[in-house]
Amino acid sequence: MTAWETVVGLEVHVELATRTKMWCGCPTTFGDAPNTNVCPVCSGQPGALPVPNARAVHDATLLGLALGGTIAPRCRFHRKNYFYPDLAKNYQISQYDVPLVSDGVLEVEVERDGTTVVETVRIERLHMEEDTGKSLHLGATGRLHGADRSAIDYNRSGVPLLEIVSRPDIRDPETAQAYLRELQAIVRALGVSDARMEEGSIRCDANVSVRRPGEELGTRCEIKNLNSVRSLGRAITHEAARQVALLEDGGTVVMETRHWDEEAGVTRTLRRKETVTDYRYFPDPDLVEVTTSPERVAEVRAELPELPAASRARLLAAGVPRAQAATVLAGGMLDLLDAAVAAGAPAPSAANWLAGEVTGWLAAEGVALVDSGLTGPHLAELVAMVDEGAVSATQAKQVLAGVLEERGATAPRAVADARGLAQLRDEGELARVVAEVVAANPEAVAAVRDGNDRAIGALVGQVMRATGGSADPRRTNELLRAAIG
Amino acid sequence: MSADPALTRLGAAALGAAVAAGEVSAREVVDAHLDAIAARDGVVADGDHWHARPADDLGPTDLHAFLVVTAAAARAAADDVDRRRAAGEALGPLAGVPLALKDVLTMRGAPTTCGSRMLEGWVPPYDATVTERLRAAGVVVLGKTNMDEFAMGSSTENSAYGPTRNPWDPARVPGGSSGGSAAAVAGGMAPLAIGTDTGGSIRQPAAFTGLVGGKPTYGAVSRYGLVAFASSLDQAGPFARDVTDAALLHAAIAGHDPRDATSDPGAPADVVAALGRGVEGLRVGVVTELEEAGCEPGVRAAFLGAVAALERLGAVVERVALPHALYGLPAYYLVAPAEASSNLARFDGVRYGLRVDAPTAEAMNAATRAAGFGPEVRRRIMIGTHSLSSGYVDAYYLQAARVRTLIARDFAAAFERVDVLISPTAPSVAFPIGAVVDPLTMYRNDVATVPASLAGVPAVSVPIGTADDGAGSGPLPVGLQVMAPLRADDRCYRVAHALEAELAFDPDPAAHGAGVRP
Amino acid sequence: VSLSEDEVRHVAALARLALGDDEIAALTPQLAAILDYAAEVGRVAADDVEPMTHPLGLADVARPDEPGASLPADAVLAAAPDRVDDRFGVPRIVEEEA
Ligand SMILES: [Mg+2]
Ligand SMILES: [Zn+2]
Repeated sequence: MTAWETVVGLEVHVELATRTKMWCGCPTTFGDAPNTNVCPVCSGQPGALPVPNARAVHDATLLGLALGGTIAPRCRFHRKNYFYPDLAKNYQISQYDVPLVSDGVLEVEVERDGTTVVETVRIERLHMEEDTGKSLHLGATGRLHGADRSAIDYNRSGVPLLEIVSRPDIRDPETAQAYLRELQAIVRALGVSDARMEEGSIRCDANVSVRRPGEELGTRCEIKNLNSVRSLGRAITHEAARQVALLEDGGTVVMETRHWDEEAGVTRTLRRKETVTDYRYFPDPDLVEVTTSPERVAEVRAELPELPAASRARLLAAGVPRAQAATVLAGGMLDLLDAAVAAGAPAPSAANWLAGEVTGWLAAEGVALVDSGLTGPHLAELVAMVDEGAVSATQAKQVLAGVLEERGATAPRAVADARGLAQLRDEGELARVVAEVVAANPEAVAAVRDGNDRAIGALVGQVMRATGGSADPRRTNELLRAAIG
Repeated sequence: MSADPALTRLGAAALGAAVAAGEVSAREVVDAHLDAIAARDGVVADGDHWHARPADDLGPTDLHAFLVVTAAAARAAADDVDRRRAAGEALGPLAGVPLALKDVLTMRGAPTTCGSRMLEGWVPPYDATVTERLRAAGVVVLGKTNMDEFAMGSSTENSAYGPTRNPWDPARVPGGSSGGSAAAVAGGMAPLAIGTDTGGSIRQPAAFTGLVGGKPTYGAVSRYGLVAFASSLDQAGPFARDVTDAALLHAAIAGHDPRDATSDPGAPADVVAALGRGVEGLRVGVVTELEEAGCEPGVRAAFLGAVAALERLGAVVERVALPHALYGLPAYYLVAPAEASSNLARFDGVRYGLRVDAPTAEAMNAATRAAGFGPEVRRRIMIGTHSLSSGYVDAYYLQAARVRTLIARDFAAAFERVDVLISPTAPSVAFPIGAVVDPLTMYRNDVATVPASLAGVPAVSVPIGTADDGAGSGPLPVGLQVMAPLRADDRCYRVAHALEAELAFDPDPAAHGAGVRP
Repeated sequence: VSLSEDEVRHVAALARLALGDDEIAALTPQLAAILDYAAEVGRVAADDVEPMTHPLGLADVARPDEPGASLPADAVLAAAPDRVDDRFGVPRIVEEEA
């Protein structure tokens, strides 16, 4: 009996970081007092009319090109008609038969038993639409179920939204997670959205089905309420298992929308789809056609920055280990790395500092990279100081901490001088300390003589301690062996 | 206050000139018209806002053109015009001229009901662009006028607040849906009014009340603040007792508006400059499909008389076909309800207007909408919802939209041969209140007006005489519709102006021994 | 066009109109008659014709991404049939988000 194959397609909604909403001049700022960022248009007042935000159309085009998609020469906005209290007009302005972008593709890297493989996920369409208001459910649970009343805030109503629909090309949770992370990295690299799942500026629904390899697609369920990359993975794993169990008991999967319960770690039926909703799509007569000429496509394409995949490849080629490259990119440290390299630092050393000490310090101190004041020249100077032996590795870490504590106001060499951090150069002085340590630790010395090499580490440590970390560990090692004979 | 009744017989151009010249104050002008309203319309004339009396308290000759009269605001606006004149400011041609505004356009500080219970008491938080432009022109808004609910109707009998009566015969309808605006002007309560026209709602009431009424080229006048019935068809336009006044009002409200994405970015046609150019050598096409289309004999006779007049004036008249014109009505009764079913979805009891309580949001929406909308609005929402629903949208809505393309092509082809097209505006004269009950029979009033609406071309209805209904009515006005190519609104006014001069129609019912005087 | 009362009931649900059985019964023949008349558009051969959505055929109308005036919360909430602090109140929502 062959194993089951999981088949996943993702539907991602991205809120654009435009200054104003899709159809009106209201601000898109997050977390303002209820119903303060509203006007006749986004609160659905009778007689008000939508006018598209040019920036939103541009950003959608830019992302479409970043995803290798085809931009429609002509497309329209349609009305998706359904009643819901947080939908101010009781129709959502969206796109229907012709989306702005079609046939894109996203290549993602997945770790599979030790090796990294590239998975290709095709993107069916990317279209422009608008967000809804937010319902606050009053009552015991604070959730829709069990609420006895709801209260609506239209601040998010009309915020520009991009819907990105993948084809069912995903076969495991890891690929789904990588797809979502890569999309996040791309929209951030383009600067079109901050893509924060916790603020809902990027949202993801998963269509999950299972089948025997080679068979045609099974009945799918749509999973909603996935609030993190982690819950996306967990939900797919659970849902696939649920469907397999159902089928192996001779049952059948019902096409429905299911809700992911993060606490319980299960999906629950939300809405059956047998009564498929009839949205009565038709072209919005308040809006006119959107056209994109080949010249316009070229114009926007020319704005594309280096995309995460290209950056990653570039770092790997420069000798940066994959894990460190990933940390640097996820941490938005690529520009800093490039600046350090431009200032003379070898990419691997600079990446090592950024992915290690710098990332660690920022996390520990809760400081954002932009506020750290760290510059490429700082990093390059630090790397140079270590290479030329001006400071020991231990001291270099203290120098970096100093630079960061002073938010980049003082350069590494100045920090080293100010704090008296310099590698011990006086051979005689080092030899004297070595002699003292040898004399004071007969049993360790004996252990070394008996061929216990680990014991020498302890002696080196003592010398370092006695010199306040200023000794060169390699030279210390040599002198110790000489002294022990 | 001693207001001069003669002021209510003057037209807008004359009043504007008199105010600008200081022969009369804007305040005297507005008071004269408020007096006329108090005398004829059946309003409770006190307070800042005068409200219409409930339908069953209205007398048989109360016109019921206004739903609310913004008396205090109107006097204040008039005083402001007088102040500006005293300060030596140059005033526009319509400064100090009173106007009646259809209750489908928003205006701060006054309720907008669209003739519906659904919006009873709703005071919009913003001004329509048309309202803003009227204010900028110094026009004095007298109040909001009665209409078929959400502009769905051809008689103003579908108002939730009771029907408006025709100043020519109070037992008859003024046409619709802009019947209140038409009655206000024909009844001498305002020299000007704004209506809206989706399938004939300005032109048909203008014809029924002996007025000039214009539907501008689609996109010439901003729809921002016009509560939508059918977005791809709605256009606001002027009512007046003569062509010059109508053209002046058209010019005051037309022009690009960045708040309406369907607004024409080009400069609007200069409709005022076109007046007085005559029709010598102009090629005029009589639309064969609309020439007779169920016309009453009296209407037909008046129309032929007007055609003869155009020939006398040197126009070259020929018959021109619009092969798909008669498919206009069925196409219209698919496109308009479909758009309406979506436009009116926002009336759900959540943000404004009526709410009928129920235990769940869904039940509250449904109860509110069933109670807030009248029968005709419910009927059209049902038609529109059905024609957009899955399995039907292609055969109904999309097919109607294709027919619309064919009708637009028919017009384009016709305008290769002629400069303007003409037809009777409506097949009949004004009919008695309550006479037409069958929806389809009512819809057929629009047969001649919907083709121009579907194609988006401009059309103006001009009175060409009177006729009886062949069933014992007194003399009632008959209108002729002039249609021109997209953006050539000026041609409509040019032809209408020439006909007006030649036929010398008197818009005062009394001059025809018709109507009632208080 | 044949139209059953159940179809009309379904349409009323889509349109979110609470119509009683008597009105459904009265509406059914009316809608059928109107649709019969409207269906005449089907007699025109137009498969190759593009549906008209805008008379002037305008395209690419857009606004710059520049803030305009919003309304004070009270101006919008003033008309609310049910106001919960600075939000619009509604009874219990049964259906899930679409
Ligand atoms: Mg969507
Ligand atoms: Zn807004």
